[in-house]
This record gives sequence, structure tokens and C-alpha cells, in this order.
Amino acid sequence: MNRLLADTGVIFGRSMRQTLRSKTALTFGMLQPLLFLALMGPLLAKVDLRTGGSSWQAFVPGLLVQLSLLGGMFVGMGILVERHVGVIDRMRVTPLHPAAPLLGRTLRDVVQLVVQSALLVLLGLAFGLRAPVAGVLLGFVFVGLLSAALALLSYGLAMNVKTTPEFAAIANTTVLPMMLLAGLLLPMTLAPGWLDGVSRAVPFRYTVDAMRHLYLGEYADTTVLTGLAVTVGLTVVALWGGLALFRRSGRTP
Amino acid sequence: MRGMTPPVLDVHGLSRTFRLRSGPVHAVRGIDLAAERGEILGVLGPNGAGKTTTVRMLATLLPPSGGRAVVASHDLLADPGAVRARIGYVAQSGGLDPNCPVGEELVTQGRMHRLSRAASRVRAAELAADLDLEDLLERPTAALSGGQRRRLEIALGLVNHPEVLFLDEPTTGLDPGSRADLWDLVRRVRHDHGTTVLLTTHYLDEADALADRLVVVDAGEVVAEGTPAGLKDRHGAATLQDAFLAITGRATDTPATV
Ligand SMILES: Nc1ncnc2c1ncn2[C@@H]1O[C@H](COP(=O)(O)OP(=O)(O)OP(=O)(O)O)[C@@H](O)[C@H]1O
Ligand SMILES: [Mg+2]
Repeated sequence: MNRLLADTGVIFGRSMRQTLRSKTALTFGMLQPLLFLALMGPLLAKVDLRTGGSSWQAFVPGLLVQLSLLGGMFVGMGILVERHVGVIDRMRVTPLHPAAPLLGRTLRDVVQLVVQSALLVLLGLAFGLRAPVAGVLLGFVFVGLLSAALALLSYGLAMNVKTTPEFAAIANTTVLPMMLLAGLLLPMTLAPGWLDGVSRAVPFRYTVDAMRHLYLGEYADTTVLTGLAVTVGLTVVALWGGLALFRRSGRTP
Repeated sequence: MRGMTPPVLDVHGLSRTFRLRSGPVHAVRGIDLAAERGEILGVLGPNGAGKTTTVRMLATLLPPSGGRAVVASHDLLADPGAVRARIGYVAQSGGLDPNCPVGEELVTQGRMHRLSRAASRVRAAELAADLDLEDLLERPTAALSGGQRRRLEIALGLVNHPEVLFLDEPTTGLDPGSRADLWDLVRRVRHDHGTTVLLTTHYLDEADALADRLVVVDAGEVVAEGTPAGLKDRHGAATLQDAFLAITGRATDTPATV
């Protein structure tokens, strides 16, 4: 266990330095949610999203979930490159714990996405977001869990596809419907019954609903607790799945 | 004392079949190999002979379909962890992070071998001095020349003072000067640390100059084995190139410079 922690720390440090070196990746990841915030947020300022509170209190949590969803889902691109140039093989011929390359990178992604989320919230304040501090901070817990879940699955997938286009195709086609169905940009409170029903099959729906309640200052109602349970559950499943996929990739050429 | 110590590398009937949709590919069909401490073993063979597949199996990266092996005095299948701690592996395709500075790559490799922070820095400095990388430590690996890159990759493979070093086509794409430097480096590693080196190559002059013993593989099987001189004698060949032709029935793919 100590070994796993120490080894994860080594890979986390290495990955963090990689991230800090590539300033482009950092800003590009931020660009999309920033554009949504700046160019779509104001459109909704006077619209009643039927979530209670201001439209910013519904919109910003949606953007944060979208950031972790997209940011997390595409981290696999990085490991694909490392796989193809042989970095992963080089790591595997060391006594490093076999789970460390996955966990260290995931931890880096969580840190990166939570920091980016915090920046987004700060900018949201400038645009007119008002929300209780405790709610915003608790929201970051959800962002962290969700980012971890998606990163784990993304790495697991990337280690088991043959080519980059294959990975991109799978990631794109799964993430887009999920994003729309979870009601990230516009909440499902506006949806007709059938769409609302379908959307309940998407786990991120519960995450974003819970975060919206947190931003309204409700910390322990059923929506928040359900959201927490679903998000934690998703992370546990992703951890199990990611580790299994990572192990599998070591047995196949 | 030859033959008294148990071989550091001892491979019996190692095989690997890839199952593809188009049918099975028998990449390696039961290879036997052995090498003693401090021996440089050259593995020759045409493209697709199964050299890389064999090395990847011995480096714990690919599970064998059959056979058994002792690598760095530990059983490959029973204790891959012990094997990993005692070998160095330099892949045919390198394995460098293009944006990572040379110095950082070296230190991180030490950390992955569970050296403390301080010990990895010391080891990185030692290797940088030893492999003539000291002026390059701040440079991203993408900005290295082919020869510099190979030196760094070998330095990474040496971080843990390996008992066995696997080099898969270490000099492919290098100019004659860099190749000669690399030969010197390999000899020095063997001389200074008694490291056993298994290297694959297409260059027959390299095999002749560097290896104590040669194994020729073709279509996944060992088709000849012996010292460079012995192989030439056995086939009445003046050069290793002629011997290789006699053994495999074809020239190596890369223009040999013998
Ligand atoms: N992952 C894989 N899946 C399917 N077949 C493979 C795989 N890896 C190697 N092979 C096949 O196994 C055989 C041996 O390949 P290998 O890479 O070991 O040859 P090699 O001797 O290293 O050749 P080269 O000199 O070109 O590097 C080839 O026919 C190759 O196509
Ligand atoms: Mg090869």
C-alpha cells in the first residue's frame, strides 16, 4: 500500500510537470468553457431556468460538469501518445506498482480540472454569479470525483484501442449524447417528460442537479445526496474498470 | 571459471503466437538462449524474425505463449517483479517523452526504480557524466540528435545497475561515428559492471565487432549459434555477411557494411 502511494506520487509529479510545461494544453482546455461562459451565459441572464435562483446558479455548475466531462474524457489522448512512443513500456519495465501509472495521471487530471473549475467560478463571479461559498467548495468535490471517473475510463479505453482516430471516435460519440442528455447547458427542468425520463439514465444528470442545489445553498436534500451517491458510485465503478482495462492492456500486445 | 556460474540468462523453448482475426502468427517458435555474466550476446535475423518479440517477452512486457526463462537469475514467469528490478530495456522505438528535459527524464527514471529523490539525482549526474549528456540536461529530448537520444535511452536503461541490458537495434539510424561510440559504450558497461548485454542488430559488422556470441533467428527459430569466428568457419565464409547468407538464404535488409 505504501509502495502504491509512493509510486503514484512519482507518476503524479512527473505528470504534473508535463502539464505545467505545456501551457497550450492548459489554456485550450479552459477555452471552451470560457467561451460558453462569456458568450452563452449572458443570453440566459434574464431567462427563468426553473431551477430556483438566478440563471448563473444553474449555468455555472453545468459548465463545471461539462469541463470535467470533456476534460476527463479526452485525457486518454495524452497516454496514447506516450504508449506509441514507448514511454508506457519503459515504465512497465521498472518495479513501479502496475496501478501507479494510471492513478498518478488521474490524480494530476483531478488537480488540473479542479483548478480550472475554480478559475471558471471566479470568472463567473465577474459575470454576475452569486452563490454561497460552502456550496461552491462542495461543488468542487463533485468536480473532482467526476473528473477522476472520466479520466480513469479514458485511460482504460486509450490503452486498449489500436489508433488515435479510433479513440477519438469512441470518446466523441459517447460524450456528446451524454452531455446533452445530462442537461448541462440548459437544465432538464425545461425538458418535456420523455426527455426528462431519458435523461435520468445518465449519471451526470444527478451530479449536475446536485451541484445546482449546492449553488442554491441546499446542502443535504435528497437531490444532493442522490447526486453524491451516484457520483461516488460512478467513480468506484470507473476505478475498478480503469484498473481492469489497464491490466488487460499489459497482457495484450 | 566459464560454465561454473549459473547463466544470468537462460531461456528454454520460449514461444509466442499472436492470434489475429486473419489467423495465428507464430512470431517466436521455441527459442533457446543462454548468456553468462558479462557476456555480449548478439541476436541477428531478418525483419520479422521475432527478435523484438523475444526481447519484449524477456523484458516482462509480453506474456510468452510457452516455454520458460530465467532472466537476471530470476524466473521470468514466477517473479517478473524481481526481473524488472534487475534489467534494463531499451526499445527499438526509444521511449522518450519529447517535451521532457533530459535531466528530468533521468531523475524520474531513478524514482521509478524506487531510488530516493537524493539518490536519483546522484545517479542521474553519474550517468550524465558517464554517457556524455552533461551539456544536454536542460534540453527537451525532442531536440536531441539520433546519437544523443540513443545515449539517453541507454542511460535510462542503466539507472538501476542492471544485471542484464536488452538493446533492441541500438544503432539503427546512427552515423558510423555514433555507432562506434555506442559500441565503446556497450563494451565499457560490460567491462565496468559485468553487465550481460543482449542486443539485436541488422548490422553484421556490428555483430562481428561487438558480440562475444551470436544467435541467428529466422521465422521465430534459432537457425545458428556460435562465436562470430565460429560461424564464419562453419560456413567456410570469409565474412559474417557470407555466413549469414548461407544460414538464412538471404541478405540482411539493411545494406551491410562488411
Ligand atoms: N502485436 C503483434 N500482433 C501481431 N503480430 C505481431 C505483433 N508483433 C509482432 N508481430 C509479428 O511477429 C513477427 C515477428 O515480429 P518482430 O517484431 O518480433 O520481428 P523483428 O525480428 O523484431 O523484426 P525487425 O527486424 O523488423 O524489427 C512478425 O511477423 C510480426 O508481424
Ligand atoms: Mg524488431
